[in-house]
Amino acid sequence: MTPTFFTNINGLLLVLAVYLTGGLLCLISGPRARLAHPLGAATAAIASALGFIATLPALSAVAPQHVALSWPAAGVDLALTLDPLAAFFLLPIFLLTFCGALYAIDYLHFPDRSWRAGLHWFFYNSLGASMTVVVLAANGLVFLLAWEIMSLSSFFLVTHDYQEEKVRQAGWLYLVATHIGAAFLFFLFFAASRAAGSLDFASFTALRTLPADSALLLFFAALIGFGAKAGLFPMHVWLPDAHPAAPSHVSALMSGVMIKTALYGLLRMLTFLPPIPGWIGIAVAILGIIGALFGIAMAATQTDIKRSLAYSTVENIGIIFLGFGLWLFCLATGHEAAAFLALIGALLHIWNHSLFKGLLFLGAGSLVHATGSRELSAMGGLLRRMPLTGSLLFFGGAAISALPPLNGFISEWLLYLSLFKAGQDTLAGTAVLFMLLAILLALVSGLVMLVMTRLLGVALQGEPRSQAAATAHESSAVLLIAAMLIPAGLCLLVGIAPQLPLQLINGPLIAMLLPNFAAADTTLLPPFGPAWSFTMLVALALLAIIVTVRTVRRRAAGRIGTWGCGYLKPDTRMAYTAGSYSQFAQDTVFCSCITPTAASTRSAALFPPAAQFRQERLDPVLTRWFLPLFRKLAEQAYAFRRLQAGQLSIYVLYIFTTTILLLGWSIMAP
Amino acid sequence: MFIRLLLHLLLLAGLSPLLIGVITRTKAIIAGRRGAPLWQPYRDLGKLFRKDMVLSSTTTWVFRAGPVVGIAVPLMAALLIPFGAIGAPFSFSGDLVLFVYLFGLARFFTVLAALDTGSSFEGMGAAREATFSCLAEPTLFVAFIVLARISGSFTLDTMFGTLLANNLQTVYGVSLVLTAICLFIIMLAENCRIPFDDPNTHLELTMIHEVMVLDHSGPDFGLILYGAAMKLMVMGTLVVNFVMPPATGHLLLDAGLYVAALLALAAGIGLVESGMARLRLIKVPQLLIGTSLLSFFALVLLLR
Repeated sequence: MTPTFFTNINGLLLVLAVYLTGGLLCLISGPRARLAHPLGAATAAIASALGFIATLPALSAVAPQHVALSWPAAGVDLALTLDPLAAFFLLPIFLLTFCGALYAIDYLHFPDRSWRAGLHWFFYNSLGASMTVVVLAANGLVFLLAWEIMSLSSFFLVTHDYQEEKVRQAGWLYLVATHIGAAFLFFLFFAASRAAGSLDFASFTALRTLPADSALLLFFAALIGFGAKAGLFPMHVWLPDAHPAAPSHVSALMSGVMIKTALYGLLRMLTFLPPIPGWIGIAVAILGIIGALFGIAMAATQTDIKRSLAYSTVENIGIIFLGFGLWLFCLATGHEAAAFLALIGALLHIWNHSLFKGLLFLGAGSLVHATGSRELSAMGGLLRRMPLTGSLLFFGGAAISALPPLNGFISEWLLYLSLFKAGQDTLAGTAVLFMLLAILLALVSGLVMLVMTRLLGVALQGEPRSQAAATAHESSAVLLIAAMLIPAGLCLLVGIAPQLPLQLINGPLIAMLLPNFAAADTTLLPPFGPAWSFTMLVALALLAIIVTVRTVRRRAAGRIGTWGCGYLKPDTRMAYTAGSYSQFAQDTVFCSCITPTAASTRSAALFPPAAQFRQERLDPVLTRWFLPLFRKLAEQAYAFRRLQAGQLSIYVLYIFTTTILLLGWSIMAP
Repeated sequence: MFIRLLLHLLLLAGLSPLLIGVITRTKAIIAGRRGAPLWQPYRDLGKLFRKDMVLSSTTTWVFRAGPVVGIAVPLMAALLIPFGAIGAPFSFSGDLVLFVYLFGLARFFTVLAALDTGSSFEGMGAAREATFSCLAEPTLFVAFIVLARISGSFTLDTMFGTLLANNLQTVYGVSLVLTAICLFIIMLAENCRIPFDDPNTHLELTMIHEVMVLDHSGPDFGLILYGAAMKLMVMGTLVVNFVMPPATGHLLLDAGLYVAALLALAAGIGLVESGMARLRLIKVPQLLIGTSLLSFFALVLLLR
């Protein structure tokens, strides 16, 4: 097999074959967990590594590659297309699937005679394969089919610990939310195929001539359908429950890349639709910044480490939508330069978020594993006990807080520049709006700092807050650490050499999404290049040397306990907790709907019984908007219960009537 | 460029403790005392650097990294802004975002170094610092946007260049004056001066910045104090650049004018600190949000 044969869509067919064989072998290995566990992990890792190599050249290739298997029964072919847009989303998918598989080898433990290993790896492989097909699909039917498989396999992965009531609830919420979104997608693709004449994406270009109102209808169907999967506010409600419930490598995969397939779907639809009016772009940008503010404020109040990270995903999706909205607006109003900066910033942020959120979820998983709890209040002091994992988490926290010289800073920088540029180029009315968006983005990044210092400070630093945390120790597993080192290394690489990813993006991909713009125009970008890399490297090296020298040659007169301001018996129960850290921000900055609800029983009796205090950090959108709505709907649907009379004769009547109606329809139909 | 680089670093390293000395001296004179000599901060730093240090047994590498980053960041940030008529050694489009986020980097490490000790007092200070900076950072951005809009450039060197003083007399004057006021308030907030925080307070419960560094001692504490002085000088430079005259063509004269303006600013800070008390913590966010609104008003005036 020559490299040229392999590094294209043929290679991806091979990848799919490896995924499927691996998955099926795991399934038929039945209860032999000792066989299925390494086998499933190995096939997933091999397939994704092959996929990464096969996809890389396609990002800068102009001509898309097709492959099609005929499928007469469905009326359309099983057709796949690899173009720069697909390649852009495939790369992080393969990368995180690879890291997740490495991580899971040491992270998951199965009893010897258990079906669960085989099932887990069957669904893991099928999630990998279905995400690949979603991005490669060349017609609506293949897309929807793969989309459903993706939703279902991730549902089964989320409910890995199905014995827990909370996990089942989270899985159920996810299943419902993802299918409501899917309903909009079914509508979207079938409406589009009616207008275009076929489900083939190639024929969807006919949609360019749609009248404005039906194009808008399709756009909103896409925004809601894909937004529900992406976790766009206010359709994010499933995300904070599902991510913590899943095993950590699955959380990393879902949060890092699976929800990004929805962004892919949206971008793909936008390439077919006629130009979107500018006000829609503004609406999307505003929705994005509201989601970012809401997500990060919610993240600041959570005490469950993975739930906090899940809300931070809502925030990052908001930032990406802010970039998309600005891009759409500037495209509609002809401000090409700002559109370019917004688009390239949003795209780079998609990659960046995959990297640091993958790293953070994997690291958080190790902490959860070591302490046996997801609660921040059960951790503490873990940086001393797990120096490698702790430092890697620290690194991820710095990257997501957009600190130079790491990757998050680069994409936020580009987004700021696009907002400034749009504010400079447009008229006063919209300029004020963009300035306001830039200011809110600054507020968001300030809050990210609050959330991350809280998460790292409470989980990793200070004294252990539980017995389990006190006895925690670093895992000796090499693969576990390697799975986190890969995204961490890439975070640093993108930060100090941003020209490398930007060159990959700023090619055929930009040409696809910004047709009237000279893609190679790098004069708008900050001066990323050898000089930037050199400066950052020197600064980093100097810092590292100083810290190392000072740590090794410490002139410490001694080590004693932290100064307790004169108090002699400090206790970890007196230490600042996650709740107290965010209390001040809660009281002064956040709106009251964000604050946790508290319930307490306090007795005024002379000999009071044990008092109780409980705080719940529920999503206000879910409890105030969606749950009442669905309760109303359920009440209305109650009337339909009469149809289910429970008598056999009634059901026979239903079947009979349906058959007659179908018969009549088939006669009447031409 | 090399001379400017050297001049920037020398001015920053040599002059910044003097500003602290001038502030303390001003306060002393207003209070009717003679006060410590102006070079007292230099002596303090020298003494700290010669001392041994005690480390808390709870801490990790983060605790040691905090002071290093705390001094490296103002050094790097200073290279992006002009010192009066002396242009910035490094300048490129969009460097204003780098400037703001560099201070974010310092804050990240300071806060985590504080949390590293596990002391609840330091946690308290860290939470306050992180919360207040959420409110202060947007104002800094608005101020930069106003200046970028006026100068038509996204480089700090042009935005804070010597044309700033000229523009004060044009239609932009009102916006510029408001922006200068906002930057002055943000400078006080970011450097933990009265009315946001009292650097000389004695009660840990009321502190913000001082409480975060309770466990640092010796050379580490020296680095923190030195870094804080440099940060004050960098932020103060943003304010004094509003009134700096254009380049005289003589480098030393330019530097002298700049130093004089900075010392005047330090005396001004001393006057403010003598004239008012520290705000209650609950009131601080209100003042910061008010400042944001004021700076946004300056932006709206500009765009009208």
